[in-house]
Amino acid sequence: MSANAQPGQLLATGRVRRRKRVNRGVEFVATLVSFGAVALLALMVGSVVVKALPALDWNLFTRNQATFGEAGGGIQNALVGSAILVAVAAAMALPVGVLIAIYVTEFASPRIAVVVRTALDILNGVPSIVIGIFVYGLLVLRFKQSALIGSFALAIIMLPLISRSAQEVLKLVPNSLREASHALGVSKWRTVLQVVLPTTLGGIATGATLGIARAAGETAPIIFTTTLFTNTTTVDPRHPMNSIPFMIFFNSESPDPHLHQQAWAGAFLLIVFVLTTSLTARYLLHRGARKLQQR
Amino acid sequence: MDAPASELLARPLASRRSLRDRIGDLSLYGLSAAASIAALVLIGLLIYKVFEGAWPSIDHFGISFVWEKVWNENGHPEVYGALALIYGTAITSGVALLVAAPASIAIGLYLSELAPSGVRGTVGALIEMLAAIPSVIIGLWGILVLGPFVQNTLEPFLGSFLGWLPFFQGAHHTGGLLPAMIVLTIMIIPISSAVCRELFLTVPVDLKEGAYGLGLTRWEMVRGVVLPYTRGGVVAAILLGLGRALGEAIAVTQVIGNQNVIHVSWFNLGNTLASNIANKFQGASYYHFEPSALFYCAAILLVFTLIVNVSAQVIVKRFELKQGR
Repeated sequence: MSANAQPGQLLATGRVRRRKRVNRGVEFVATLVSFGAVALLALMVGSVVVKALPALDWNLFTRNQATFGEAGGGIQNALVGSAILVAVAAAMALPVGVLIAIYVTEFASPRIAVVVRTALDILNGVPSIVIGIFVYGLLVLRFKQSALIGSFALAIIMLPLISRSAQEVLKLVPNSLREASHALGVSKWRTVLQVVLPTTLGGIATGATLGIARAAGETAPIIFTTTLFTNTTTVDPRHPMNSIPFMIFFNSESPDPHLHQQAWAGAFLLIVFVLTTSLTARYLLHRGARKLQQR
Repeated sequence: MDAPASELLARPLASRRSLRDRIGDLSLYGLSAAASIAALVLIGLLIYKVFEGAWPSIDHFGISFVWEKVWNENGHPEVYGALALIYGTAITSGVALLVAAPASIAIGLYLSELAPSGVRGTVGALIEMLAAIPSVIIGLWGILVLGPFVQNTLEPFLGSFLGWLPFFQGAHHTGGLLPAMIVLTIMIIPISSAVCRELFLTVPVDLKEGAYGLGLTRWEMVRGVVLPYTRGGVVAAILLGLGRALGEAIAVTQVIGNQNVIHVSWFNLGNTLASNIANKFQGASYYHFEPSALFYCAAILLVFTLIVNVSAQVIVKRFELKQGR
């Protein structure tokens, strides 16, 4: 019998052939969908680049937005506004986020740690438009619009991202490091600040970068908090400021093709910024993970 | 013997600790605890402020706000109801989810099981980048590129094929429910597929190899081992995407047309809870009840998204417990 078995008989027939065909079909569809998603990204980034190129010139960076009905103008006020809004937001969210992470990983009992972590997850799930309207109710009604308030709203968006990633890396720090430090008689606060925290700087930088990338593109939290601006460039965060996302939002709703072109140019700059910061974050993450594994 | 000995040892050590260290320990503890308490207070304050802002409308319209269809700020008296918005939110997010869920699972499978190792990292990174694109840019693209395509190509095509369904009838628009569904699908897919990929990678190799050893094809292995093993997690991944879709305001308000009317046809205009807030809030203060009615919308949205996100987290926790992690 076995001597008669031809290699050819091992080929699929009947049911087996059908099973293989189903398998190939599913594999094909999964591949197709994945490349479809990549194609979508290419399509979107491609249209932004194509539409933005004609509008990219120095006036964009050196001039303020034209007043209504006037031709020309750049988006300098929006660029400066975005930079200040995001920088101030990061300055608010980063220390608080890292402190929360330190509390959760170094001080809190497991039960309290779960409570704080869940709270951050809930905060992360709150729609950004709700955060916008909350900050409006909390601060704008009392203090009028300002860039500081806009930054506060963006900081709420960033906080869970930064704190979560700081927690993840703090948890990765081997306990032997903490124990070695204690055994040398080093106090807890110096252990945390001088032994534990420095090993996690890469991870914390990753979280901060991701938070900045996210906040730079958010529109919903700032449309009620810092939009009553003038068309001049200001660096005083007590005044309302324009920003790139709001400029895109506002221009996209107008029928004026020149404003559309300005919106595309802003979208191009924003996409370049967001994608480079995300890539930097990925790089930092990989480097940090490698470093911690080497220990 | 032990206890007194350690007590004797501990005391002099404690008192020998320098004042600086005691202050340092206490202040680091105090600062970090204060930051954590501040985060908890922030969430409480958020819920309180949203409901406080909504109170005039809750008081005046009551719970019937939820099933009142009309939103008319110019009426005498002003009438506000959220039914058209709740319908718009449900139909756009629901259809987007129906498309995005299988697509996300397929992408997760491709990235975890199928892709050759060289392609895997690149495709995965590119799909993650789709998640990083700001929603306002997706909306800009949605108005100026997707909108004309939907009006001139997609809607006539769907109308000629599926025109017997009530969803695909009527005049074609650049904006409306259909582009909103497409935009939301694009926003859900990268989030859900990234979580799916992570989940599928947690399936133990010996289970998979056991299935292959029994002669199963790759798809049969996925259906018999990977999907049952990660079922809960996949549901959570999709819920996370749903949470994002429900609350998306900017991109949706750019494409949906902002009309607070219930239209059966997906070619027609509509509105969602989130996009209504983004669209109407600027001019709302001219009216007596509109600001609080918009806060009421935010409160409803907050409750919806809290339910979705908390149940996603409960499922994830259960999944992690089951895996003994």
